[in-house]
Amino acid sequence: MGGHLNINHLMFLGQGALWTIGLSLIALIGGGIVGFVIALARISPLKSVRLASAIYVQLIQGTPLLVILFLGYFGIAAIGLKVSPLVAAGASLTLYVAAYLGEIWRGCIQSVPKPQWEAAEGLALSRTQRMVKVILPQAIRIATPPTVGFMVQIIKNTSLASVVGFVELMRSGQIVNNSLFEPFAIYAIIAVTYFAMCYPLSLFSQRLERRMGRGRSNLAPA
Amino acid sequence: MQQNAPSSEPIVSLHNVQKSFGALRVLDGVSFAVARGEVLALIGRSGSGKSTALRCIDRFEKVDGGQIVVCGHRVDRPDVNLRALRQDVGIVFQSYNLFPHLTIEQNITLAPCAVKGMATSQAKDLARKVLAQVGLDEKLHAYPEQLSGGQQQRAAIARSLAMQPKVMLFDEVTSALDPELTGEVLKVIEQLAADGMTMVMVTHEMGFAKGIADRIVFMHRGKVHETGPASILTSPTTPELTQFVGTGNLKS
Ligand SMILES: Nc1ncnc2c1ncn2[C@@H]1O[C@H](COP(=O)(O)OP(=O)(O)O)[C@@H](O)[C@H]1O
Ligand SMILES: [Mg+2]
Repeated sequence: MGGHLNINHLMFLGQGALWTIGLSLIALIGGGIVGFVIALARISPLKSVRLASAIYVQLIQGTPLLVILFLGYFGIAAIGLKVSPLVAAGASLTLYVAAYLGEIWRGCIQSVPKPQWEAAEGLALSRTQRMVKVILPQAIRIATPPTVGFMVQIIKNTSLASVVGFVELMRSGQIVNNSLFEPFAIYAIIAVTYFAMCYPLSLFSQRLERRMGRGRSNLAPA
Repeated sequence: MQQNAPSSEPIVSLHNVQKSFGALRVLDGVSFAVARGEVLALIGRSGSGKSTALRCIDRFEKVDGGQIVVCGHRVDRPDVNLRALRQDVGIVFQSYNLFPHLTIEQNITLAPCAVKGMATSQAKDLARKVLAQVGLDEKLHAYPEQLSGGQQQRAAIARSLAMQPKVMLFDEVTSALDPELTGEVLKVIEQLAADGMTMVMVTHEMGFAKGIADRIVFMHRGKVHETGPASILTSPTTPELTQFVGTGNLKS
């Protein structure tokens, strides 16, 4: 590379953007699965399970993502395992996202009115049946806008994975800049690209929220 | 666990039931029994413990002392089989509590399919039958929010009936309704009584209680203060019941 910004540079940035999307999806799916377990654990009938999951959430939420990424990358290396930046970043983001989604979803599950639980209980449904057939379908509707909103945070936060050498959009920008020394132009391109990925999600989240606001009566018993 | 109690034995019996919320003693030695096919009306001032007594029968509240036997289940014991108990007991709440994400038909078929393993087609037939019973056959595919309060409450009763309970509990099921919608719900309950359903109902509709109840239990400060046939509403013996029925509660 070198010289002026050309199509190759743009292709390289585009590839970085794809990895940003890829890492975001890994974080969302991995964090979603673990986060779902966390949400259920936070409202478990077992006190020890509630406590353990609460400690996990507090630990993660009290630690900067940058530190979690370093711990993931160098920590795993310290115990003798060689992991790629993708695996380290994916695992760290999964743990991070899980703590936040777990809390968001716990709140959504608990915001389903208590009489819904009781009505289901009165019909002799088991705890699992009550959760799966009565509570979760209602909680998912409540959870959709904040979850979509949180996806914006995930996309932006993947930029931190550049510190462990994962070549996503941010890191590819740094690499291009190292050869071109046109920081303003390059970071402007990167900013616009992040915006183009995040803004539609933000809009979508707001739209969902407005729609939910109108249909609030759908969720609360009269 | 005896499921089929001999008919002389009550379907529901409470003996010296105690229940406190913190320092507040809500049930203070409550005893009453309901025989098969009997309709018992629980009346009393707000806060006298009627809902709590009803909720104890279905184990939504755990008692602190005393005995509760419902269809052979020892409800006061920690090892009571809750799912078996709740298949024998139907409960209908003041706020209907239909599941808003399901159609009326799905609300009704959910428990028979999930709990009793009933086939879907059979459950749908059952849904039709119980909805006809409450006069809502045409609302099979509506969502709860599309129904009036009275219709929602009738649908909730139908949902409960679909589990073929041995006893039904009603907690002020018309209190959230406009007066003109109250009648349609009361008519459904009247028909259930005529069909021989065993029922315990908390109600403020004194005229209705008088017309339908085999027995009245008047609660006052967590105790059964006066009990007897419906005629005690017109000739009460305690000053508290006299005052209670005298304060405009006896309307028809
Ligand atoms: N879950 C609860 N926690 C604390 N206090 C309660 C609870 N449920 C009911 N109570 C109190 O118990 C008393 C009796 O309530 P309730 O049985 O609902 O009376 P009623 O149905 O006769 O109006 C009231 O003072 C009420 O505030
Ligand atoms: Mg009450």
